[in-house]
Amino acid sequence: MPEMIAVRVNGREVQVASGSTAAAAVMIAGDGACRTSVSGEPRAPLCGMGICFECRATVNGVAHTRTCQELCEPGMVISTDAA
Amino acid sequence: MPREERCHILIVGAGPAGIAAACAAAETCENVIVLDDNPAPGGQIWRGEENRWIGRLRASRARVCGGTRAVAPLGDGALLAEQQNEPVLFYYEKLILATGARELFLPIPGWTLPGVTGAGGLQALVHGGLPIIGKRVVVAGSGPLLLAVAAHLRGRGALISAIAEQAPMVRLTCFATQLWRAPGRIAQASGLAWTLRGVPRLTSSWPIAVLGDTRLKAVRLHAPKGDREIPCDYLACGFGLIPNTEFAALAGCQIHAGFVAVDESQRTTRDGVLCAGEPTGIGGVDRSLLEGRIAGYTAACRRDDARRLFPARRRAHAFATELARAFALRDELKTLAQSDTIVCRCEDITLARAIEHDTARGSRLHARCGMGACQGRVCGPALQFITGRADATTHARPPIFPVGMSTLAAAREENPERV
Repeated sequence: MPEMIAVRVNGREVQVASGSTAAAAVMIAGDGACRTSVSGEPRAPLCGMGICFECRATVNGVAHTRTCQELCEPGMVISTDAA
Repeated sequence: MPREERCHILIVGAGPAGIAAACAAAETCENVIVLDDNPAPGGQIWRGEENRWIGRLRASRARVCGGTRAVAPLGDGALLAEQQNEPVLFYYEKLILATGARELFLPIPGWTLPGVTGAGGLQALVHGGLPIIGKRVVVAGSGPLLLAVAAHLRGRGALISAIAEQAPMVRLTCFATQLWRAPGRIAQASGLAWTLRGVPRLTSSWPIAVLGDTRLKAVRLHAPKGDREIPCDYLACGFGLIPNTEFAALAGCQIHAGFVAVDESQRTTRDGVLCAGEPTGIGGVDRSLLEGRIAGYTAACRRDDARRLFPARRRAHAFATELARAFALRDELKTLAQSDTIVCRCEDITLARAIEHDTARGSRLHARCGMGACQGRVCGPALQFITGRADATTHARPPIFPVGMSTLAAAREENPERV
């Protein structure tokens, strides 16, 4: 079994396997929506490779982080509220 | 002052082409650096895996800079990159661009709902830790990637509800009969067939709508025996690959018919800049590895070693031609997007608004289509396919990805003329 680490997604603790991306943590935590589009639609990761920017969220206070390219670290704080 | 790195050969992209280039170059060259946006080497195909080539890269003298994204060339011999939101300037004598490809997404009604991903996209997300056990997945679109993705996901415990390939069976059969020329591929194909036994595989079939309110619940497929709705948790959908040519275009390399123009030694039209892998043509991992090795040897001034690989590369190119013919996209797919379907997901621009203007530039200026964070990487190729108009991403401007202010400032200090 891979080592598990704890991150927080919108204030809730989520356990993810070590080596997981922040996008995976968001998708495990809820419906997978990372951002709200300019017309108010929920959006979730599309390309999985850092191209489409649909997986943007605030990670450790840095807004517009592409969560699919960001590996989880213990205690990482991810917020999908601020689109 | 921003951080600086100096090397003899700089390689952008640590997928198969970049890894092969690095290994070949580092055999004789002391100072080789490979940078990649992803945290670990392997590109999209080997993301997070260990294999012979990644082992070879680790054992080589080449240095890998992960999580480092090339954002702009700065005149000859310098490149601006961003690492953890900080600028890094790379100085090099030779540059090898191995920037890979992305998936072609075609807008269909409902495709912006969470649960819709690329085909390779879902594979990448699962590699990145997304649990897929027991999830119902429809894999759709076109190309050999679909079978590989479906097999991978099934291996991870996904329930593959269907695989829908837009190409007709007759063309796939013709393609399959070509495989005898490449025994390795027959083994690969039969391995996939075994992994995918029992999975419904449709040809001449494609998704026409995604159903759901705040998340995908089902997908409606067009199939020869009639449309059908399939309930699912994910639609993994990609219509082939689009080369990432933005950096090459910005560096002044000539782009021909959408691909970076190279000579037999993988040299671009720009002095000291080489290119290998999918940016020069879509053709799979073997082609990328060969081009990468040739580029690596050429950059290290080992012409004879490069030449020895020409015949194998010729065979790989022939295979790529067959591939393109077998999976050519059908015209019906041009009408998948309806007038109220969002095509530009960054700015939420519908098809109707996007095509009010004849050119990609017009859509950008007047409708903000392609002006968002992805800079038209998703909607540009889709609109090119739908309307036939030239894709604006071939006229990339620096920086080719959104960057922080400190990175922009670093570019200005280094080269006030360019950025």
